[in-house]
Amino acid sequence: MSLSINDVYKVARLARLGMSEQEAQTAHDQLSNIFGLIAEMQAVDTNGIAPMSHAQDITQRLRKDVVTELNQREQFQAAAPQAKNGLYLVPQVIE
Amino acid sequence: MLNSSLQQLGAALRSKKISSVELTQLYLDRIATLNSKFNAYITVNEEMSLAQARAADVKLVQSETNALTGIPIAQKDIFCALGWRTTCGSKMLSDFIAPYDAHVIEQFNSAGAVNIGKTNMDEFAMGSSNETSYFGTVKNPWNHKAVPGGSSGGSAAAVSARLCAAATGTDTGGSIRQPAALCGISGLKPTYGVVSRYGMIAFASSLDQAGPMAHSAEDLALMLNVMAGFDERDSTSLQRESEDYTRDLNKPLNGLRIGLPKEFFAAGLSADVAPAIEASIAEYKKLGASVVDISLPNSRLSIPVYYVLAPAEASSNLSRYDGVRYGYRASEYTNLADMYEKSRAQGFGEEVKRRIMIGTYVLSHGYYDAYYLQAQKIRRLIAQDFDEAFKQCDVIMGPTTPTTAFNLGEKNDDPVQMYLSDIYTIAVNLAGLPGMSIPAGFGGNDLPIGLQIIGNYFDEARMLNVAHQYQQVTDWHTRTPQHIEG
Repeated sequence: MSLSINDVYKVARLARLGMSEQEAQTAHDQLSNIFGLIAEMQAVDTNGIAPMSHAQDITQRLRKDVVTELNQREQFQAAAPQAKNGLYLVPQVIE
Repeated sequence: MLNSSLQQLGAALRSKKISSVELTQLYLDRIATLNSKFNAYITVNEEMSLAQARAADVKLVQSETNALTGIPIAQKDIFCALGWRTTCGSKMLSDFIAPYDAHVIEQFNSAGAVNIGKTNMDEFAMGSSNETSYFGTVKNPWNHKAVPGGSSGGSAAAVSARLCAAATGTDTGGSIRQPAALCGISGLKPTYGVVSRYGMIAFASSLDQAGPMAHSAEDLALMLNVMAGFDERDSTSLQRESEDYTRDLNKPLNGLRIGLPKEFFAAGLSADVAPAIEASIAEYKKLGASVVDISLPNSRLSIPVYYVLAPAEASSNLSRYDGVRYGYRASEYTNLADMYEKSRAQGFGEEVKRRIMIGTYVLSHGYYDAYYLQAQKIRRLIAQDFDEAFKQCDVIMGPTTPTTAFNLGEKNDDPVQMYLSDIYTIAVNLAGLPGMSIPAGFGGNDLPIGLQIIGNYFDEARMLNVAHQYQQVTDWHTRTPQHIEG
């Protein structure tokens, strides 16, 4: 498959990565090379092979539905770029 | 003191030949003098380290000790440690003070070990040369023009240059084993699920695994005893009986069957690495081992599969960096979307953005089956190759890397060439198996060579035995780089 420059812009938008024209061009060239490397995979016959997502075939553990976390809002919000009155501040979304 | 084993350091501390404060100060002084040369540490905090050392000295007086009590251990800067700046090698987290401890850090704390500092690494562990770090490249202690490997390059250099007694690393595609090989130290990636990922900043969650980096297999075993253990806060942590990983160190190797995958000795292996690996195998034969020729036919696909799966998981994991709750936020923006895009564009480095782009693409509508699903299916084929191989042998051996350390800047502009340097390590992560690297000689350029030992699931104690016996009859692991005098 070949990647177009529009694909690069579309993916950058999906990933919320701002990108200049020059950066998009560089990304296009490098990603094309990397997808060239990945293309080797396509020729492999995987009919009937179950996908493997984890090394061990374990089932998800369940726990009792009880509160396990303490309230650490202040401590965690201390790391926020902007917070006020226990809320995270972002640019206005609704006029 | 600097060349002592962890066991010897522990004995010196318990017999009061040296205090933890003295030992910690010794390493802090070395770091103050030498770190500017190697750039192995991102953050050092003398006050916090010495406070832990003083607490350890109290424990030592009260004889409430563990094997690592009072010993200075370097922590890869991927582990959150309460009150410590934890950057993951990224501008995105350059001011992030961790509000909690990773499970690994808790384990070292309760053992009474001293955190001697946070080591440099490729940004978000994405790299094979430590050149993607926002905090600058790390120099290989054996040759300052060479890379230390990555992503745990700071930990490898710190151990090699005697700037800590031992260190932690993490390994998603070879990030413990490859830098261990290139810096001439020992490193172990345990079976997936043995060490908790809680508080370890996520890269590719189905592959990430923490492990120890040290001077010898014996030291690795003592470190793993502290690091391993069930933790309910990591949904993939395995519930198993706890093990003493030192228990089999002294077993003889008579009858050991070593599998040699022909794919690991084919074209691409450099002319100086191959004879060193063959010489190691000859040494094992002298120790009573026999050799079996095996094949891992799908291992050649491990790089393409990895560069679909790891970026896919990374693109999802790294979506949390939005400039809202923590981490870097751009200083100027016009609206919310612009704030996200600018914060992420400015906060992430080139390699991280590249992988987010690959991951976002392969997971996007219409491509999922062709890339992600196909990669997961081939992942099973790769794992099945190992299952077959372990029917014929006890451990698998080969080179850790195709060459010795390459030069700084050599592969920087060509991501594909950089990715190919992990050709022998990635399949082990995909299969979830334990793998290690131990020093096994030097190449034509006097740079270290690593022997890779791959074990079956949960066979860490046997692998450590196999490595330890080799280190009883060879001295590669005791060699020290020049120019590391303080």
